[in-house]
Amino acid sequence: MSGGAASAPKPLPSSGPKSLREMPHPLATSSSEEMGPALTPSPDLLLPRSIADKDLSLPNGTPVDTSSPASSSSLLNRLQLDDDLDVETRDLFVTVDDPKKHVCTMETYITYRVTTKTTRAEFDLPEYSVRRRYQDFDWLRNKLEESQPTHLIPPLPEKFVVKGVVDRFSEEFVETRRKALDKFLKRITDHPVLSFNEHFNVFLTAKDLNAYKKQGMALLSKMGESVKYVTGGYKLRSRPLEFAAIGDYLDTFSLKLGTIDRIAQRIIKEQLEYLVELREYGPVYSTWGGLEVELSEPLEGVSACIGNCCTALEELSEDMTEDFLPVLREYILYAESMKNVLKKRDQVQAEYEAKLEAVALKREDRPKVPTDVEKCQDRVECFNADLKADMERWQNNKRQDFRQLLMGMADKNIQYYEKVCVTVEAQAGIRVVYFPLKW
Amino acid sequence: MWCGRRGDKVSSLCLVWLVLHESLFSSSEKMEDCLAKKMEITVSEAEKRTGRNAMNIQETYTAYLIETRAVESQIEGQCAPVESLWRRYSEFELLRNYLSVTYPHIVVPPLPEKRADFVWHKLSADNMDPDFVERRRIGLENFLLRVASHPVLCQDKIFYAFLMQEGGWKEMVNETGFQLKADSRLKALNATFRVKNPDKRFTELKHYSDELQSVISHLLRVRARVADRLYGVYKVHGNYGRVFSEWSAIEKEMGDGLQSAGHHMDVYAASIDDILEEEEHYADQLKEYLFYAEALRAVCRKHELMQYDLEMAAQDLTSKKQQCEELATGTVRTFSLKGMTSKLFGQETPEQREAKIKVLEEQIREGEEQLKSKNLEGRDFVKSAWADIERFKEQKNHDLKEALISYAVMQISMCKKGIQVWTNAKECFSKM
Repeated sequence: MSGGAASAPKPLPSSGPKSLREMPHPLATSSSEEMGPALTPSPDLLLPRSIADKDLSLPNGTPVDTSSPASSSSLLNRLQLDDDLDVETRDLFVTVDDPKKHVCTMETYITYRVTTKTTRAEFDLPEYSVRRRYQDFDWLRNKLEESQPTHLIPPLPEKFVVKGVVDRFSEEFVETRRKALDKFLKRITDHPVLSFNEHFNVFLTAKDLNAYKKQGMALLSKMGESVKYVTGGYKLRSRPLEFAAIGDYLDTFSLKLGTIDRIAQRIIKEQLEYLVELREYGPVYSTWGGLEVELSEPLEGVSACIGNCCTALEELSEDMTEDFLPVLREYILYAESMKNVLKKRDQVQAEYEAKLEAVALKREDRPKVPTDVEKCQDRVECFNADLKADMERWQNNKRQDFRQLLMGMADKNIQYYEKVCVTVEAQAGIRVVYFPLKW
Repeated sequence: MWCGRRGDKVSSLCLVWLVLHESLFSSSEKMEDCLAKKMEITVSEAEKRTGRNAMNIQETYTAYLIETRAVESQIEGQCAPVESLWRRYSEFELLRNYLSVTYPHIVVPPLPEKRADFVWHKLSADNMDPDFVERRRIGLENFLLRVASHPVLCQDKIFYAFLMQEGGWKEMVNETGFQLKADSRLKALNATFRVKNPDKRFTELKHYSDELQSVISHLLRVRARVADRLYGVYKVHGNYGRVFSEWSAIEKEMGDGLQSAGHHMDVYAASIDDILEEEEHYADQLKEYLFYAEALRAVCRKHELMQYDLEMAAQDLTSKKQQCEELATGTVRTFSLKGMTSKLFGQETPEQREAKIKVLEEQIREGEEQLKSKNLEGRDFVKSAWADIERFKEQKNHDLKEALISYAVMQISMCKKGIQVWTNAKECFSKM
């Protein structure tokens, strides 16, 4: 079940749960005004009679640790208690910084420092500082997908880079990656369920993560469970409207982002070609200045000016490449992983429907529905509730992220023009003032 | 001075004011008694015509309307009548050729280019293209104004007739016989190579005009490429408009912000057309001086020609004097075919020798007269040419400074527009 976090911070630029006031109570029926028609609960869904009655095992069979705060009753308690809390009561802060290069005999790689500050009881110490490499983040993400399959897990920056095209150890690349990894952890931190995940805790705290990783693998193989969540390949009869709508939305969303990515790349390309020409243009004025006497100074000035414009343009293109494009691509990856979660949800529902049908065909007058069918029903309901809550959270964060991203893009362009303006005005010794004419 | 009246596009909302630049307030044009002060001259229209040319073949050409109006009567509160006539480009060419030949010591203003050159992709290289015709119209007007404000050229009768007399002007020009006065290209080239003692200043000036031509050509070529690329950058942004619109359709709260931001991206993409059209005028100003370089070179060539002529005449005179001396003294210092033949076939009689000496002395006298006048001519030419060159230098410095400033203003204007659009877009994004 999804629910509120222990604290409800103000919506942060990167991500963050909605404040408790905004979020609908998980047990509430119909939509708040925030939920559009797409998120109206499907009439097919049976609402749980009571949380405490349910066998809260995760769809892949792993039992939920009911002693953790994420368990039903304590969650409810938190919700009711925290309604009146100040928004500034975050209790978990995570940052990724300080990239360092490690050169070993077998390989060269980068590690990042992951710093945690927390007052949560789940953590033994109030502060942690560990070093992690991309592999570790990738491991964490896989673990989260496995253990929290009903939730939307934030994306990681792309794993593979074409060697030779991109320098994996260049400052720009490392910084871009660091920002993305930082974002990844912050999104998890802000998630009311994911942030309490055991693997996340270990990731943030363990001195030797590799040992834990190996242990985890061994445990699972002992249990005889495959790591991946396997679906039974059932056919879904009718997808609830809201999830169909989400699916459609994500499809179009990905498409549009893909187009924007291509446009942005094209603009950068054109800008760089423009830059090439400018670099030839400026020096010609200088050459001319060398021929002249009285005109020498203004001509040299133009040359210097164009040089400054080149610098400003370079900065603009760099910013777009390093700040704009990666975030777009992140969201495209996000949308992809979300569509996979939707597919899993469909599978869970399909399984339930199939089993239900099988029971109905037996024509037995059982007063009680068999337990395994009940379990399926619970799984469907949990999944749907989790997914809905996550989708809302995602929509909100997406809106803020894109607002910030696009405003940033506009800002960069404004700064570019301002820089050019300043250098031209200084060189020509003039100021241009605009004012509207009144007829 | 650049008179660009291109259907002045003054935006109804904004006016650009230039502050704090002295160069704009100084005028270096000494137009005391010039025609330009007494008469308003404009090339106001261009019209496509068809007609039969000299070889009786049908052709299409553009005719330009030249309008003139006396200024004086306007001061008295009366509006003088506007006189007008039509001329085509070839007539302008004829006028300029006439002026170049008749005033070889003057840096004659150049005509706008015959064919569109240094174009970037969007501009057409077609002579019939309306934008090209329009820019040519302005260029022709500028040419007339330059001539009219030149202290020497403005007084020329043929020029006056060009402005005022539609019929029979061509015949009038041809009657001056200026074509006969024109120096052949070959002669000029020959002089350039063989002249021994040209005035150093002219040699330097020729060198300068070569370099100027080279650097401005390079500049114009690169500028055209820069314009091309900038066009591409702006136009691609138009795609944002479309995709933002499509994206806004699936969004709820973000929809309006995206949609309106998309509109601003369209505005941004469209703005480059006007920006680049304005820049063409800067390019035209540079082109004028590119062609002026050729006019400068023409004056230098004329000097070289005259100097070479002088040197040849002096050389000829020297050899005649020497011949004379040899005949008189009987010594042969220099080899001559005549001398040899006379040796071989017998000496001349004293009478024959006397006759020869007399002829030579006559020739020497004539030669000395000619040399004196050629010398004078040469010195006069150098003096008056150099005066006009100084005038030209000042004009060039003033005009190009102004051109660079107006170019700077264009850049600033472009930046301000860019800032405006992106600020608007940013506001739309903030409302997402």
